[in-house]
Amino acid sequence: MKKKVKIDVKNLNLHYGTFYALKNINMQIYEGEITALIGPSGCGKSTFLKTLNRMNDLIENVHIEGSIKLDGNEILGNIDVVELRKKVGMVFQKPNPFPMSIYDNVAYGPRIHGIRKKAVLDEIVEDSLKAAALWDEVKDRLNKSALGISGGQQQRLCIARTLATEPEVILMDEPTSALDPISTSKIEDLCEELKKKYTIVIVTHNMQQAGRISDKTAFFLLGELVEYNSTEQIFNKPKDERTERYITGRFG
Amino acid sequence: MNGCISGNKRKFTYEKAIELIFALSAFMMIISVAVICFYIFIEGVPPILKIGISNFLFGTRWAPTFKEPSYGILPMILASLFGMLGAIIVGVPIGIFTAIMLAEMAPKRIYGLLKAAIELLAGIPSVVYGFFGLTVIVPFIRTHFKSPTGTGLLAMIIILSVMVLPTIVNISETALRAVPKEYKEGSLALGASKMETVFKVMVPAAKSGILSSVVLGMGRAIGETMAVIMVCGNIPNMPKSLLDTVSPMTATIAKDMSYAGPFHQSVLFGIGVVLFVFIIFLNLILNFVVRKSLDRK
Repeated sequence: MKKKVKIDVKNLNLHYGTFYALKNINMQIYEGEITALIGPSGCGKSTFLKTLNRMNDLIENVHIEGSIKLDGNEILGNIDVVELRKKVGMVFQKPNPFPMSIYDNVAYGPRIHGIRKKAVLDEIVEDSLKAAALWDEVKDRLNKSALGISGGQQQRLCIARTLATEPEVILMDEPTSALDPISTSKIEDLCEELKKKYTIVIVTHNMQQAGRISDKTAFFLLGELVEYNSTEQIFNKPKDERTERYITGRFG
Repeated sequence: MNGCISGNKRKFTYEKAIELIFALSAFMMIISVAVICFYIFIEGVPPILKIGISNFLFGTRWAPTFKEPSYGILPMILASLFGMLGAIIVGVPIGIFTAIMLAEMAPKRIYGLLKAAIELLAGIPSVVYGFFGLTVIVPFIRTHFKSPTGTGLLAMIIILSVMVLPTIVNISETALRAVPKEYKEGSLALGASKMETVFKVMVPAAKSGILSSVVLGMGRAIGETMAVIMVCGNIPNMPKSLLDTVSPMTATIAKDMSYAGPFHQSVLFGIGVVLFVFIIFLNLILNFVVRKSLDRK
């Protein structure tokens, strides 16, 4: 059975000022899969991730060429980024809950997208926290500050917050790099669960993590997409010598 | 070996001396505040008690040079408070919007221009503000409103609104810049627009700094003397409309001091006590606001 292409990247080039950060990337990301982006620091994987929901727009002097299609619709150029980011949510490297209550954090997205009814919001908050495997831990303190829970809980809260806007794709930028091993494994389990409903693209520095949770893996080096294949292939029979050297830990 | 130890000893003495200089400098501050406080109260409290606290604070007639003098300062308290409130009502929104513009939106070139303008505003001596008020705002009010002189509460509010801007803009901008950029990214990534992000995440996160700026602005407005003296009319009427000539506490003290007799003069110190209490009160609010934000972190 052939899976549906969710995101189709064609001839993507990106410059930061004079720095050539992404070099002619072609890549198809499939629906309902976890796609891992690996590579050494500065290889362009985070930059690539951020083009998928246009977070690079925040940086000055970015110049992007090429095409990225989400469900066949172009997302580069002059589009409604608000609508795009509703569909393509993002979880950051450092947990970044807003300095407000746990409830308000999760309700933030739905509220700005026009949902006002308390009962509806209550339901969204509960469902999202349950989906992020956080509900049982925080259900008695929804009105307490989100800054008072642990880092791992904060990261799951950020995932819940993203789920609350009902995205189709979730981008994760090294979501566990600031967390302890137990929190990390909770987030990984969560990813397995989430891929049933969402398409996930995850940047990770942790090779084992990519191996554990992803279906496909893309290896970036110096702005190039060196190799992109099923995770099994990449880890067992990499075609490119550079991939093999990176995976076996000889550089990076 | 010996040389080494004596070298350390010299260093030790040096360190101690520097520490002492720092401590003395800090001590000077405390002494100044204590001395000012002490003399204002020594001079100012007895006449208040002699007049009677309620006659003094709530009396509406200020006639210190009459045969049967009257020392009610309510008109001045109200003039000071209304002037301050007016300046805050006008100045706070403009100041906060400017700070948002500076911290979030302004392109580099406009930022430089705005920042220079604000620093200039902060540096203009208050007598120059007063002069500007007298030559531009007062005539404007005289010709466009039914006010015989043009001086009064309205002119005072307009001048004070401009004078509190630098304080509000600078401190609010710093507070907004101190908001972690992760909050902003998080909000934008959830599909919030730039304005939603500013008003629902950035401003609430910078709340305590912005409130501090407002309180400091209030202090500036209530304490301003020179600019106010030139545009307020200096007649201690009960302020009933924006066009009434008034005389706030600071202006009265400054203006009366030159010709006041002994008792009149100590009553002026009494007004100083009231002003002092207002300022202390504002500082307490400020401390409270700042401490609350520290607790949260």
